[in-house]
Amino acid sequence: MNDTDILYMVLTVPVGEIMEKHPVCQNFFKNLRIEDIERGLPLHQALEKADPETLSEFGLDRHAIQREFCDFLNVFAGRSDATGPEITSITIIGGHGKAGDPENCQITINRGETISIVGPTGSGKSRLLADIECLANCDTPTGRKVLIDEQNLDDERRIELQGRLVAQLSQNMNFVIDLTVNDFLKMHAGSRHSINIDDTVERCFVCANSLAGEAFGLDTRLTQLSGGQSRALMIADTAFMSTSPIVLIDEIENAGIDRRQAIELLASRDKIVFISTHDPLLALGANRRLIIKNGRISRVITTSEEEKACLSEIERLDARLFQIRKKLRNGEIISRNALG
Amino acid sequence: MQLITVAGPPSSGKTSVILKLIEAMQIAASDVGVVKFDCLTSFDHLRYEERGIRVETGFSGKLCPDHFFVSNIEAAVEWGQNAGFKYLITESAGLCNRCSPYIHGIMAICVIDNLAGINTPRKIGPMLKMADIVVVTKGDIVSQAEREVFAFNIRQVNTAVQVIFVNGINGQGATILASHAAKARSIQTLRDLKLRFTTPAAVCSYCTGEIRIGNEYQMGTMKRMEFKKP
Repeated sequence: MNDTDILYMVLTVPVGEIMEKHPVCQNFFKNLRIEDIERGLPLHQALEKADPETLSEFGLDRHAIQREFCDFLNVFAGRSDATGPEITSITIIGGHGKAGDPENCQITINRGETISIVGPTGSGKSRLLADIECLANCDTPTGRKVLIDEQNLDDERRIELQGRLVAQLSQNMNFVIDLTVNDFLKMHAGSRHSINIDDTVERCFVCANSLAGEAFGLDTRLTQLSGGQSRALMIADTAFMSTSPIVLIDEIENAGIDRRQAIELLASRDKIVFISTHDPLLALGANRRLIIKNGRISRVITTSEEEKACLSEIERLDARLFQIRKKLRNGEIISRNALG
Repeated sequence: MQLITVAGPPSSGKTSVILKLIEAMQIAASDVGVVKFDCLTSFDHLRYEERGIRVETGFSGKLCPDHFFVSNIEAAVEWGQNAGFKYLITESAGLCNRCSPYIHGIMAICVIDNLAGINTPRKIGPMLKMADIVVVTKGDIVSQAEREVFAFNIRQVNTAVQVIFVNGINGQGATILASHAAKARSIQTLRDLKLRFTTPAAVCSYCTGEIRIGNEYQMGTMKRMEFKKP
């Protein structure tokens, strides 16, 4: 729908019909405290019956509301938010380290690829993630430059993409809203105008449960989820509902979830995944890893065949630790056999 | 001098965001001044002074903060001009949801935090609805999904707005904010410019010091709730 179509609809179609077609519109009226508006009439006539006092408290008259309703429809009903920005790759061009030493590095990462970022605390891992998020253009303290699809971005495109490219996930994140898993997923799906809310919610829920060590239900409240369950739900939610093509993950090692499966899930959803990590399983699970020292990328290492072979051994160790944890949780006694 | 007005609920992170913004703008501390409009008490000037940024603080006291803002903003601009700042940033706190200290043509930034509750953007009113940019803080401790729904709720109320997530502690997102702030309009004076929204109507007996409860003490602009019959 273009502007003219929207204006024509608002002028001629009864409010109730517009609401039915675009349920998100109900919020527009709720936000202005006129949700009991006469639905059988087009907006302008319907507003004649609304309390002018309420409208004036919002600094609006009938004309202004009509104009704002058009803007609202333009943003929320005119297009589908189901797909995110279309990009295929991201390129990081080195700047300089904390001491001003040059960062001689240029690396391009494609969709579906996973990159790990390793380095001591304070070496600049978070700064790198921040540079990616803001699409640095030699304007951050590192002097790095980020290209999308191997091209320079003009200002307009940069502003359009900033804040839409990146989804983030870190150890510190919590759910603060007190809703059931079901209501929460529905709310998020609703904000995405996903075509099929129930289906998306179901896929998210099943997937989150397969990642979590312990099962939870659709009627479990978010605030009652364990750390691992929360993390699993956040990852599944990001995979199925977030339209951001890039996912930045900051330290999820102790989350009590199937980490490898989680990362593979995100990559399989065609995301570019950056993981800042100390976890050998995650670091070696990526195709490449960036070594950060003193604020700059000092090396880019491609995971070797030998490392990949080590990975399965590390996985066995990890699985054994997981079993021990599980036994402890179940109140069992740990024997030497368990250490194998 | 370029003027930027910043407003937001208490403890949403306005001061932290402004400090990170100034840092990201890569300008000398002497090129920017801050005017803090507060209610009763404020400690924020210490944080500005710590970084060598000149700051003036005004307290609205028993007056409506919006009325206080509009009657002092012109003098604030004069102060900034005389000090030779390139940028003047005003910070308004202690506002009710009805407040909106924004001026037509002057960059208006609203700061709210992600912990405020998912529907809060829908309740804030003109302070959020009339802003050019809404900065969301404390996003690093809530889930990605909640950030997305929060941003969605902001856009519902203010369809044309730029939503920018800024981490007030490590400054993530401040570079994006700075690129917008650089476009703030340059002004010499605010005379004859207009507020974006009327200030709250408030001339009743309680405005003038009445404290007793009861019909006979109420005069001036009053509004009564209607309660349903039991």
